[in-house]
Amino acid sequence: MKKLLVVSTSVLGLMALHGSAARADDALAKLAKDPKQWVMQQGDDANTRYSKLNQINTSNVKKLVPAWTFSTGVLRGHEGGPLVVGDVMYVHTPFPNTVYALDLNHDGRIIWKYEPRQDPNVIPIMCCDTVNRGVAYADGKIFLHQADTTLVALDAKTGEKVWSVMDGEAGKGQSGTDAPFVFKDKVLVGVSGGEFGVRGWVSAYNIKDGKLAWRGYSEGPDSDTLIDPEKTTSLGKPVGPNSSTSTWEGDQWKIGGGDTWGWYSYDPELNLVYYGSGNPSTWNPVQRPGDNRWSMSIWARDLDTGKVKWIYQMTPHDEWDYDGVNEMILTDQTIDGKPRKLLTHFDRNGFGYTLDRTDGELLVAQKYDPAVNWATKVDMDKSSKTYGRPLVVDAYSTQHGGEDHNTKGICPAALGTKDEQPAAYSPETQLFYVPTNHVCMDYEPYKVSYTAGQAYVGAAVAMYPPKGDSNMGNFIAWDNKAGKIVWSDKEQFSAWGGALATAGGVVFYGTLEGYLKAVDAKTGKELYKFKTPSGIIGNVMTYEHGGKQYVAVLSGVGGWAGIGLAAGLLQPQNAAAWHNAVDQGKLPTQDKTVDTAGLGAVGGYAGLASYTSLGGTLTVFALPNE
Amino acid sequence: MKSSTLKPSTLKSSIVKPSTLKPSNTGIWRLALVILAAIAANGAAYADGSGDPAVASSDNGKYLDKNGNPTYHIGQDGTVDWYTFSGFRRYHSDCHVCHGPNGDGSSYAPALVDSLKTLSYSDFVNVVTNGRKHVDAANDKVMPSFASNVNVMCYIDDIYVYLRARSDNAIPGGRPPSHEDKPKAAEEAETSCTGIK
Repeated sequence: MKKLLVVSTSVLGLMALHGSAARADDALAKLAKDPKQWVMQQGDDANTRYSKLNQINTSNVKKLVPAWTFSTGVLRGHEGGPLVVGDVMYVHTPFPNTVYALDLNHDGRIIWKYEPRQDPNVIPIMCCDTVNRGVAYADGKIFLHQADTTLVALDAKTGEKVWSVMDGEAGKGQSGTDAPFVFKDKVLVGVSGGEFGVRGWVSAYNIKDGKLAWRGYSEGPDSDTLIDPEKTTSLGKPVGPNSSTSTWEGDQWKIGGGDTWGWYSYDPELNLVYYGSGNPSTWNPVQRPGDNRWSMSIWARDLDTGKVKWIYQMTPHDEWDYDGVNEMILTDQTIDGKPRKLLTHFDRNGFGYTLDRTDGELLVAQKYDPAVNWATKVDMDKSSKTYGRPLVVDAYSTQHGGEDHNTKGICPAALGTKDEQPAAYSPETQLFYVPTNHVCMDYEPYKVSYTAGQAYVGAAVAMYPPKGDSNMGNFIAWDNKAGKIVWSDKEQFSAWGGALATAGGVVFYGTLEGYLKAVDAKTGKELYKFKTPSGIIGNVMTYEHGGKQYVAVLSGVGGWAGIGLAAGLLQPQNAAAWHNAVDQGKLPTQDKTVDTAGLGAVGGYAGLASYTSLGGTLTVFALPNE
Repeated sequence: MKSSTLKPSTLKSSIVKPSTLKPSNTGIWRLALVILAAIAANGAAYADGSGDPAVASSDNGKYLDKNGNPTYHIGQDGTVDWYTFSGFRRYHSDCHVCHGPNGDGSSYAPALVDSLKTLSYSDFVNVVTNGRKHVDAANDKVMPSFASNVNVMCYIDDIYVYLRARSDNAIPGGRPPSHEDKPKAAEEAETSCTGIK
């Protein structure tokens, strides 16, 4: 009991430290610099997911053991990760979006629990499981972005609701899956619903009272997107008036997608917020002619006003569902002897981009999986008419194939070479550590009609590993200046857990079978693995408590990975079965090219269901006491 | 759109109330009895909720069983009827995001290849039209109502016959490599139902 009192006073002390809302931003920035705590989902504003802690290092990590565990009580897919502020750990869950405050002085005893009441009708509008990517902390408050798009601020000490605001309308297919992000005095949230024709936006609320400061849409007139035709630039040039609406037919931008459910980063010197927008709706490209701006884009907005400084569309007129929402990692590195403020982004489309984050100049765009085939390259010739655009291969263009045509062998699959699982960056190696998918697809678009609140997809997709390969994932180290893979570790399934880099020279990540893995940052050599109770799609974090370094991760298989992989990506088996079904291999007329080339690899990828089962659990690791 | 206009009440207005037609426990028992009776009557070994899938009649490329319910037709060489093929496509757009590829289920929605072993054609139509909920301490399964979604409702028989074939193990997973031509009747029905030309 006495110890519990100590907890409360230390929490109170934290509150006092930044009790003044005006300076809440300074306090949070200060907290983020303390490696003993993990006060934001991505570790810092720059999204590096790097920790200066080095007690656990390359020579002792093999001794790691679970220190304590905690069941979240929820079965669905667990993305994101816990926060540690002072002596308290904050753990979130997928729908119903329970939040727990756990006492680190007492092996994770529950200090408070918050479970919102939400209409369960929001469950089926979450396209790919009822995931949630975590809570945010600032100013003595915990911010939770619920499935039904409610943004709620809770008293970090008691779990009492301080304020709450409804950001969207679940009845129209709008849902909340992304973590809120606090920068200075504002908390930002995006929206999910690209498969429901939801036009994306990002909202910034004042952390003090929940008042909306600004909202910027991904599509629509300049007054909605907060784009200035003269001042906002793309690849160094002003975008001109109505740069979004002019790239859509009629009113299609109103149901045009471009949702904003990924991660957000912030450069305090430039006062710019960076994030990506998702796929245009529908998945049938033939139905929405034009570049469909500004879906699939990297955005740089002023934090105070939401005005767009620069923007870059990676995949104009998407034909594959290559959402651009993955994290933007901000680093200061030297290129050709000159210090540059860089932004590195691993897009779903399979290209790793390096840009100058001050003005959006494109420096590097290279494939980070050699299997990527839908485009030959990104045009880097500044004098070219197609500068900055991917050069699309007709054979893998679903627009070129047209409606009711099954375009085959496109790599990557709609999952992307990487999905939401965030990468990490170590300033010591200057390498990025990237969990990737190694999956290809067939994609057949066809006409669909829009009904508010109903799925608006318009393509049938089948996924499978690249021809001749049996691994569906890789964990890679990436050099963002050269645009090259430095080392690559094969993973049987997509590597769908977020990475953590540490000063101990160890990089951590989780796998779909449920392993927490530790690898050498320099070589990728596996140093340790432990099988947690369920598959990992959560992000690894670390903190120090009582002089000891801990590593924690949420298990709980699900998410998009839980759709295809749970049942097994069985395309070659299917092809084989059809092959046998159709008269000893004499295939009928229309489709003489049923692909049997991958048959040899059949045994290599049995369904994930035979490796792991559902269940949300937090596992906290530490070195054993000497 | 101002945030002040986004009230929780707007959410409620869009909720489609579950119909009273939802299959109940008694319904399933009654169904079981019907199946038993059917087996006793003609000795057929199909213990599935849809009964014997054998084609009893056909109309413009659409196949019906002896009860007049839609069924599949798989040729000797594996060629499937148009509706089974169409069902494969529609399923893999609107249904597979929860129910997994090939009807095999996901980490959070049931495998329909199993569900169709107990659901009859009318049960299937009712669940798709009205949705169903299974929400309690251990479950958070919600099937939405697709009543207003023409991308599903205009193809409900197609999706049904595809899943019926999958459930009966009459076809493997994956894309059917060959299908009968799209009947003119299917084209006309599609245009008039979806309003898409």
